[in-house]
Amino acid sequence: MAVFPWHPRSRNYKAEFASCRLEAVPLEFGDYHPLKPITVTESKTKKVSRKGSTSSTSSSSSSSVVDPLSSVLDGTDPLSMFAATADPAATDSSRKRRDRDENSIIGSDFEPWANKRGEILARYTTTEKLSINLFMGSEKGKAGTATSAMSEKVRTRLEELDDFEEGSQKELLNLTQQDYVNRIEELNQSLKDAWASDQKVKALKIVIQCSKLLSDTSVIQFYPSKFVLITDILDTFGKLVYERIFSMCVDNRSVLPDHFSPENVNDTAKETCLNWFFKIASIRELIPRFYVEASILKCNKFLSKTGISECLPRLTCMIRGIGDPLVSVYARAYLCRVGMEVAPHLKESLNKNFFDFLLTFKQIHGDTVQNQLVVQGVELPSYLPLYSPAMDWIFQCISYHAPEALLTEMMERCKKLGNNALLLNSVMSAFRAEFIATRSMDFIGMIKECDESGFPKHLLFRSLGLNLALADPPEGDRLQILNEAWKVITKLKNPQDYINCAEVWVEYTCKHFTKREVNTVLADVIKHMTPDRAFEDSYPQLQSIIKKVIAHFHDFSILFSVEKFLPFLDMFQKESVRVEVCKCIMEVFIKHQQEPTKDPVILNALLHVCKTTHDSVNALTLEDEKRTLAYLINGFIKMVSFGRDFEQQLSFYVEARSMFCNLEPVLVQLIHSVNRLAMETRKVMKGNHSRKTAAFVRACVAYCFITIPSLVGIFTRLNLYLHSGQVALANQCLSQADAFFKAAISLIPEVPKMINIDGKMRPSESFLLEFLCNFFSTLLIVPDHPEHGVLFLVRELLNVIQDYTWEDSSDDKIRIYTCVLHLLSAMSQESYLYHVDKVDSNDSLYGGDSKFLAENNKLCETVMAQILEHLKTLAKDEALKRQSSLGLSFFNSILAHGDLRNNRLNQLSVNLWHLAQRHGCADTRTMVKTLEYIKKRSKQPDMGHLTELALRLPLQTRT
Amino acid sequence: MGTSLDIKIKRANKVYHAGEVLSGVVVISGKDSIQHQGVSLTVEGSVNLQLSAKSVGVFEAFYNSVKPIQIISSTIEMVKPGKFPSGKTEIPFEFPLHVKGNKVLYETYHGVFVNIQPQKGKLTPSPVDFTITPETLQNVKERALLPKFLIRGHLNSTNCVITQPLTGELVVESSEAAIKSIELQLVRVETCGCAEGYARDATEIQNIQIADGDVCRSLSVPIYMVFPRLFTCPTLETTNFKVEFEVNIVVLLHADHLITENFPLKLCRV
Repeated sequence: MAVFPWHPRSRNYKAEFASCRLEAVPLEFGDYHPLKPITVTESKTKKVSRKGSTSSTSSSSSSSVVDPLSSVLDGTDPLSMFAATADPAATDSSRKRRDRDENSIIGSDFEPWANKRGEILARYTTTEKLSINLFMGSEKGKAGTATSAMSEKVRTRLEELDDFEEGSQKELLNLTQQDYVNRIEELNQSLKDAWASDQKVKALKIVIQCSKLLSDTSVIQFYPSKFVLITDILDTFGKLVYERIFSMCVDNRSVLPDHFSPENVNDTAKETCLNWFFKIASIRELIPRFYVEASILKCNKFLSKTGISECLPRLTCMIRGIGDPLVSVYARAYLCRVGMEVAPHLKESLNKNFFDFLLTFKQIHGDTVQNQLVVQGVELPSYLPLYSPAMDWIFQCISYHAPEALLTEMMERCKKLGNNALLLNSVMSAFRAEFIATRSMDFIGMIKECDESGFPKHLLFRSLGLNLALADPPEGDRLQILNEAWKVITKLKNPQDYINCAEVWVEYTCKHFTKREVNTVLADVIKHMTPDRAFEDSYPQLQSIIKKVIAHFHDFSILFSVEKFLPFLDMFQKESVRVEVCKCIMEVFIKHQQEPTKDPVILNALLHVCKTTHDSVNALTLEDEKRTLAYLINGFIKMVSFGRDFEQQLSFYVEARSMFCNLEPVLVQLIHSVNRLAMETRKVMKGNHSRKTAAFVRACVAYCFITIPSLVGIFTRLNLYLHSGQVALANQCLSQADAFFKAAISLIPEVPKMINIDGKMRPSESFLLEFLCNFFSTLLIVPDHPEHGVLFLVRELLNVIQDYTWEDSSDDKIRIYTCVLHLLSAMSQESYLYHVDKVDSNDSLYGGDSKFLAENNKLCETVMAQILEHLKTLAKDEALKRQSSLGLSFFNSILAHGDLRNNRLNQLSVNLWHLAQRHGCADTRTMVKTLEYIKKRSKQPDMGHLTELALRLPLQTRT
Repeated sequence: MGTSLDIKIKRANKVYHAGEVLSGVVVISGKDSIQHQGVSLTVEGSVNLQLSAKSVGVFEAFYNSVKPIQIISSTIEMVKPGKFPSGKTEIPFEFPLHVKGNKVLYETYHGVFVNIQPQKGKLTPSPVDFTITPETLQNVKERALLPKFLIRGHLNSTNCVITQPLTGELVVESSEAAIKSIELQLVRVETCGCAEGYARDATEIQNIQIADGDVCRSLSVPIYMVFPRLFTCPTLETTNFKVEFEVNIVVLLHADHLITENFPLKLCRV
């Protein structure tokens, strides 16, 4: 193939730009223009009948400017119109209805039982051995007593329900807590299985036997958890029965609505339901009879409208028969739970439960209970908290949406009872925080009066603290409350008790007081937790304290001036916890720090914090974790600014680099920051560097130059070299810029075939192509080094591209060559498309010197030869499509950048056109469009020769 | 095979009174068609004496003298001989319930001696207050050994409607010994007699615990008991037999003292 010479088309960029630009037409006042600001000159405020809601509307005065929004609405927006026309009576009644609904339906502000469940199971545990006693009456045992009478048989069947004399007795002894939980879970499962296999009697038996376990108070410290486990079974049972009866009401035609009335229930369903109640009414023992009936309370809905409201008070009274106060309070809790679920509007029963409980309260100190405690070896201070979950629940149910007067009455009645700490605690846990907070001083008084031997006082202070964290006490009492509370807290000997209490009160302190008080509190915590390394057992609480403090002190200069803050951090000696805490601090800093800072206190402290997190990175650290840490550290670095003190800023970056060398994203951020700093300097000097600033900028450039090689990511390095080179060029550091570009060029051969992106291996060529195109645009303006040859950077780059092993099946190399051709065409222009301020590019260096142009053309020829060579190799069947598209793209390049007045180039383009169409691989539409474009271009001045060309380009018709 | 026959009665609770109409359907279903010699439906009601396993010997004397007494007996022919098609065939029926001759229809009941297949009475409330102390007890060997206690209470009525629960209240005012349990024991007393003599048998038919453990003093505990449907019927007194009911309040103290207070009941249906 003959060598084709390259004749670049000479361009007048300015003229081209001007011709492409849209014509600017001056706008007369009053002409329509979509972006013209709407000026509001008149605004009216209309009072709408509903109090408190005003709607203001505005319209524009100038008639010619039409605001589409206001014009449509004719002054009033639809929402306020709607509000204005709405009948006030109607909204009133709907609000009333809603209020009533709120009364009868539990809202989301009611903490559900499910939340309490886990907490109770986690808190009330035991290491003692447990036992389960199940008596499943079996037919075998019965066979011994011969009964002939038919009636006896029927009786037997019923008696089996709670028989334990003759049935198979299953006693499981020496169970660990986990075994016990598993057993109960098994029972739950066998209940479901029995139900599913239509063994209703067996299901009932399981439930009865399970609820019997609740009368057993051995291993009393496990009782609350046992209650949770067994009531789960009861809930399951209740649901099964309800659903079964509900399903009986569903004919194949109609489905019962959710709020059905008993008249809609058919007789069969009623009869089945009644049968359940009769069966349960005949259960011999009180506790199972109570629990099982309570569990199917909801089923009363099938029988009568008033069923539930009659049942609840009766069941409430029934509990009076339970002698053990602990068992009875849990029975009440269960009843309240079921009651709240089924009929939340029936508050009287809830209150009755509470008052009945107060009546039996004295039993706790009675002989029966005391004897039991002695036998089990349980002390009163650990016995009384067993009541809390049940009482808290009952109190919570009652106080939910309860009027203030009721709460006050309840409190008064609690006060009257001796040793009311237990009650007090439940009042504080369940009542509205606002109620408690406004009476804080009263509560402190009551807590002080409590008997020391009973309920632990620190729990009381903890409960009070929890309320104060949610609601604010009266302004005047605040300091006194803190003093009184802390006086007690600081005297706590047991570090666990202490920290549990202190943790809660830190929130209150942070909320209402200054750093002085917080400092005192922190100091006190350090004093208590340091002896015997007590902090080691309390990391979660200490962590929570830190979180509360930083949540309230958004001003980090104040936070770090709290003297004891850093010593407090020193208590986190376990690395994982320390890193966790540091991360929290940094997150809050990033979130709340608005202004860049140079405060040395903040910088020192945060550098220390960041260093701690950074130093936790090791070979085993997960990528995600590293990313998070880098994000946090970067957030901090971005927030540091020394203003005009650029040197201080740079030395900060130097320090940061030495500190965070293990996190690549941080180094990348630092390079960007330094580059920014250099550009910032240039901006301040308005492009004219003084000797001092020039030296500073070179220092910045040097920083980048020595930092980049320590990075791992190849494209990160390439892009940063290019980017930093551009910055160096902009700052007139020519030799430094050359160094960057050379470094980039010498790095290209190292680009691997595949690179790892987000954990997946991808071919790298497309990335390389992208980078090189970007690089070429920069190379246009880089002036040649006087000591190196003409276009030495381009030549070096071409060599590297030539030697790089490209993928055989791709044409990227040719695409790059095409781009090089574009670059060289641009370089041969008299004046370049763009320049860097104060840097002479090759256009002014050579001034269109013919020797330069000849060199340039020689390069073009070589590149073209390569392209044509490649096109030839594509003349195989499987590559024809590639050949066609590549040929067309080369044709387009010549059209755009080549001078087609040159015959040989003209001929080449015609050949390429034919090549593109030769095998029918070309897209006809593209070809037609291209041809149209050429014809259009030919009408422009100096483009007449294109007309002739167009004539020589035939369009292939599809066959 | 595969042919099944089922009688379905319309009323879900299956309770019918004299003079009412018993209605329902006979359901015959099978895969193939069935040849048959006609379907007839017979209603029978009878009273008969059964011998309890416990009292063999005592009764034999007059056992034979009481023959089953027939109360109702009627037969209707539903379908003439023919063929049922395959699938489900439902044949509706209706029966008027009329007592044969001049006999009285009693309520169905399963007792030890007497089984009655289906009286009406009037209810006048008769509340009873009671106080139980060591002094009020009978059958005590050494009164001095008993721990001191005072239990008060009342039953709202000893005349009860059989469908309504027995209600009342009980208060443990004081008790030296811890209370283990308080129970309500429902006892049925059946008496059968004729010229040769009579037999009496008391059976516990239901026991309901109303207090478990050492209940709180001076706090009323509810007395509440639902009458079991199968084992109770209105109190009956006829020339041949009597069915009566009693309730015992049983208090169990620690050291195994058992205190029982008995109240006869009169059940009726309104």
